[in-house]
This record gives sequence, structure tokens and C-alpha cells, in this order.
Amino acid sequence: MTVSIVRFGGSNCDRDAERALEHLGIDAEIVWHEDGLPADATGVVLPGGFSYGDYLRAGAMAARSPIVAEVREAAAAGTPVLGICNGAQIGCESGLTEGAFTTNESARFQCERVHLRVERADTPWTAAYEEGEVIEVPIAHGEGRYEIDDDRLETLENDGRVLFRYCDADGEPSAAANPNGSKHNVAGVLGERETVAVLMPHPERATLPDVGPTDGQGVLRGFETA
Amino acid sequence: MTAYTATVTVRLKRGVLDPEAETTKQALERLGFELEALRSADRFEIDLEADSADGARERADEMAERLLANPTIHDYDVEVDER
Repeated sequence: MTVSIVRFGGSNCDRDAERALEHLGIDAEIVWHEDGLPADATGVVLPGGFSYGDYLRAGAMAARSPIVAEVREAAAAGTPVLGICNGAQIGCESGLTEGAFTTNESARFQCERVHLRVERADTPWTAAYEEGEVIEVPIAHGEGRYEIDDDRLETLENDGRVLFRYCDADGEPSAAANPNGSKHNVAGVLGERETVAVLMPHPERATLPDVGPTDGQGVLRGFETA
Repeated sequence: MTAYTATVTVRLKRGVLDPEAETTKQALERLGFELEALRSADRFEIDLEADSADGARERADEMAERLLANPTIHDYDVEVDER
């Protein structure tokens, strides 16, 4: 079992993801995007960073690269895929997940710890948590505001495909606890299959005990259960 | 074949917040300008050859659909001129 972490020019959370997964005992390797997705990849991480310098729109170029076509095929066949930060932007740009992550309401890059409410605990990515549980993980993005048509958002919500919402320490998804202006405080969503998920916060930066809280471990453990 | 320039203008859909435009508007106001609103857009000028203006438009349209615009948040329009 080896999870492939796709490195693009400009990825910068690929090594963090590798260390975090290996800390959890999950075998992982970094794959250069031009080398293609290994046939035996048992999972895929689209890591954070600034692929292609965020040209055009964050994630737009990487989403149209050949390896992401392979990732989409693997995802459709049931391979678990997790997009984190820039990887979430790539996920939405490529159609793996719905919606778009665009410029923060503040128009600034924001790097801070946030609280997330676990909306569903019956997915691979959240099986380690309770429904409604509040976890603390960092964000680090300039384009993390979740945008989607109101009708589509309602459908996503009704289908249970909102995975995490920004909330306060008590689990209330208030406007004050919304760091970037995301619609309905959405921080992460599922794709058509629940083995595909994207989120702007960084679970891999909240995994190693040496660097602080470890609330993000459960998300990465999705590769064990998916 | 005729040489054309297709101009693709990509804008945020009405109602989608544009923090960069808002920041720009505030900066203009700080400079003493009076204005009611400001919208920003991306403009792409694409030189290409095609059998007809419609053919050029069709290709530029597909470029916008597949890459230049994100249909979740953007509207776009295409203008074609002979070069």
C-alpha cells in the first residue's frame, strides 16, 4: 500500500504530507507529475503549495495536467484522493469536487489556526472523529473562499457532501469564525464518491506531535480505511 | 485561412464577491477619487487563424470553457476581429 503524493512545480507541502503519513505508518512516496501516477498507487494526495505559480487561477494549470486526468480515472475507480489547500483548488478546478476556492474575503494571505466542525463521521476521512466534533488545524491560503451557486450548495448539503465547516471553539459556524468568507463556512467537501475529499486547512500540519496539536491525523487516516 | 484576434473577457458572475476589486476601489477613494463601484476583469487576446470569424469564435469559446474561465464563478464573452 503506497499513497502517491503528486509534486508539481511549486508544490511545497509534499514533504510535510509524506512525513505526516509515514508518522502514521502509512507508506507514501512523492511522485513528480511528469512521471505519471504509479499503477499501484493505493491513494493520492494533491498537496498544498503554489503549483504553476498560481497562474491564471490557483490550481487551474495543474488541474489540466496529464497526471490529474490519471488521478480522476483512479478516483472514479475508487482510489482514495485527498486534496489539501492548493490540492483542494486543483480538485475543484479539475471537477473532482464541485465549487471553486477563490480570493479570501480579506484579499490577504491568511496563516492561522482555525476550528473545524466535522459534519459527517461516516466517511473514511472523518471516521476517527465524532459527528459535530470540533478540531483545530491550520490554514495558510490567499484563495480559500468557497464559492458555488446557491442551488448547487443546497444539493451538496442535502447529499451530505459538506465534510468540514469553519466554526468557533464551541462548534458554531458563525460569520466571525469564517476566516475567508466561504459560503456557509464550507472548509472541505466530498466528491461524487466519498473516497474523494478536498479541504483548504492542512491536516498534515497538525499530525506530528513535535510541532503542536495532532487533530489532523484522523483525516490522513482516511487512507487506511478508504 | 484568415488571421484573427479573438478577445476573451472573463468576469466574475454578478453577486460573486471580488475582494481585489473592492480593495482597488478603496485605494482609489484614498487617492481622492469618487466612484460608485469597480469591477475587474481578465482580458485575453488570442491571435489565431481560422476559415471564418465564426470558426475563430468557436475555438476561442472552447478555450474559455476549458481553461480561461471557471464556469462556477465566471461569465465570459468573446469578440473576434480580423488582424
